[in-house]
Amino acid sequence: MSFHFRPEGRSSGFIHPLSSEITPRAVYEGRRDLLKLMAGGAAGAALASFAGREAFAQATGPHKLALLPGAKSAVPGAQTMEKLTDYKDATSYNNFYEFGTDKGDPVKNAGTLKTRPWTVEVEGLVKKPGKYGIEDLLKLSAQEERIYRLRCVEGWSMVIPWVGYSLAELIRKVEPQGNAKYVEFVTLADPKTMPFVGSRVLDWPYTEGLRMDEAMHPLTLLAFGMYGEVLPNQNGAPVRIVVPWKYGFKSAKSIVKIRFVEKEPGTAWNKAAAQEYGFYSNVNPNVDHPRWSQATERRIGDGGGLFAKRNKTLMFNGYEAQVGQLYAGMDLKKNY
Amino acid sequence: MNKLLMHPAAKPAIFLLCLLPFAQLAYAAVAGGLGANPQEFLIRATGDWTLRFICIVLAVTPLRVITKANALARFRRMLGLFAYFYVVLHLLCYSWFDMGFEWADIAKDIAKRPFILVGFSAFLLLTPLAATSFNRAIKAMGAKRWQMLHKLVYLMAGLGLLHFFWMRAGKNNFAEVFVYAAIIAVLLGWRVWNYAGKRRPKPSAGVRGSSSGEKSLRSSTG
Repeated sequence: MSFHFRPEGRSSGFIHPLSSEITPRAVYEGRRDLLKLMAGGAAGAALASFAGREAFAQATGPHKLALLPGAKSAVPGAQTMEKLTDYKDATSYNNFYEFGTDKGDPVKNAGTLKTRPWTVEVEGLVKKPGKYGIEDLLKLSAQEERIYRLRCVEGWSMVIPWVGYSLAELIRKVEPQGNAKYVEFVTLADPKTMPFVGSRVLDWPYTEGLRMDEAMHPLTLLAFGMYGEVLPNQNGAPVRIVVPWKYGFKSAKSIVKIRFVEKEPGTAWNKAAAQEYGFYSNVNPNVDHPRWSQATERRIGDGGGLFAKRNKTLMFNGYEAQVGQLYAGMDLKKNY
Repeated sequence: MNKLLMHPAAKPAIFLLCLLPFAQLAYAAVAGGLGANPQEFLIRATGDWTLRFICIVLAVTPLRVITKANALARFRRMLGLFAYFYVVLHLLCYSWFDMGFEWADIAKDIAKRPFILVGFSAFLLLTPLAATSFNRAIKAMGAKRWQMLHKLVYLMAGLGLLHFFWMRAGKNNFAEVFVYAAIIAVLLGWRVWNYAGKRRPKPSAGVRGSSSGEKSLRSSTG
């Protein structure tokens, strides 16, 4: 398989099976104009005109952190209609093992994480390697709000309004070489601010990876915020990946390095238990985890309390129309 | 010590103490204090309390022998029944709140997932113990046979540990498992040591093997 990276090739290579999901050109270009306007410093005026068109996202957090609004995303599949998970649940029930293995640990322990200054190093098989300050990354492309389902391999799920832009925007800027087939993400492993980096639960630093076409898919998000605010530390501040059709652990948090490589990179969970956590880790109700059935999931805070029923898990977490073609011809039982 | 333990209020007091975790969980469930995933919270909390009560029950005899507080023995059956009470709650939370009483799914789950199978077997093994915990059962069975049956609790402790270990295995997160394993190892180890001590002949009997064995051990390490 070979990949071409042309700046104008935003949607080339991706088949959109439903014509109704394709954003009309006029709307799309109008949006680009608006975003350009915003980037030029006229965000206030743009916001006023856009608000009337209901194009700005509605999700808001408790306004404890810096605001980070995003324009409603036009990427197909980026706006699920389910009820949002409460901000409190989404920020107090987390897997972020650098801060502890209990899901209540990250919110208690992540206060020590320093998110400024922060740099992300781009290296490996790219024409323009370099270090990006978080401020530069924030400005690299217009911020969009994407409402994604998040499905954890443990059998629970949330619906979260993320703020960020397609990882593809960054990838195009750094111009990967032709032999770059995979992208590896390395997350911070600072024993001074991350109390559990000393534990032997995983091989630190936490690493994850995507095949290049997965990384280039418009749904793959480089996220800086959620609920209209910057990311809370426990959710992977200041910058993380979100891959909505894969189990949550594929989405590396607090990223410090993005590396372009030729061979499939080792990933933290795959190294820890290969028979349980594959490289692909696509959400798949037909392939059970050895210890959890993946046929159903519990939607956190869905209102039913203790007696709430589990939801049926959807193939590719409900994003089959958008990403199914990436895996055409692959045996997903083998490539789990 | 014995006097305090023989006080008529001792048993009701310990009974209420054992109910405290249940009351706490029930209150939190009503007050919405179980966090983002209340089903998971209840399953884990009742599992933890089952293991804790197994440790408590296993601690009764060593404590009784070491402190000579023989009156401790009168609480053992009640403590054992509380271990059963919490394992029943654990199973109930799983099959009701997590699985919605979908029996076919539950049966599939037990058959497919070894750690659930082990947990379920441990529950099954505890059931005859709980069912024979009244005085007439001891008479009907004969004290010896009754005691043999109730030694199953040792196996049950091991299975409970294995169930917990397997549950945590995917995350390589064994800190808590090791704490319970250490406690149970000490409590069972004490029994082995105590049993061997009782069978060990008195020094005056003069056993050739042991003294020469000791000597050769010394020379080999020297």
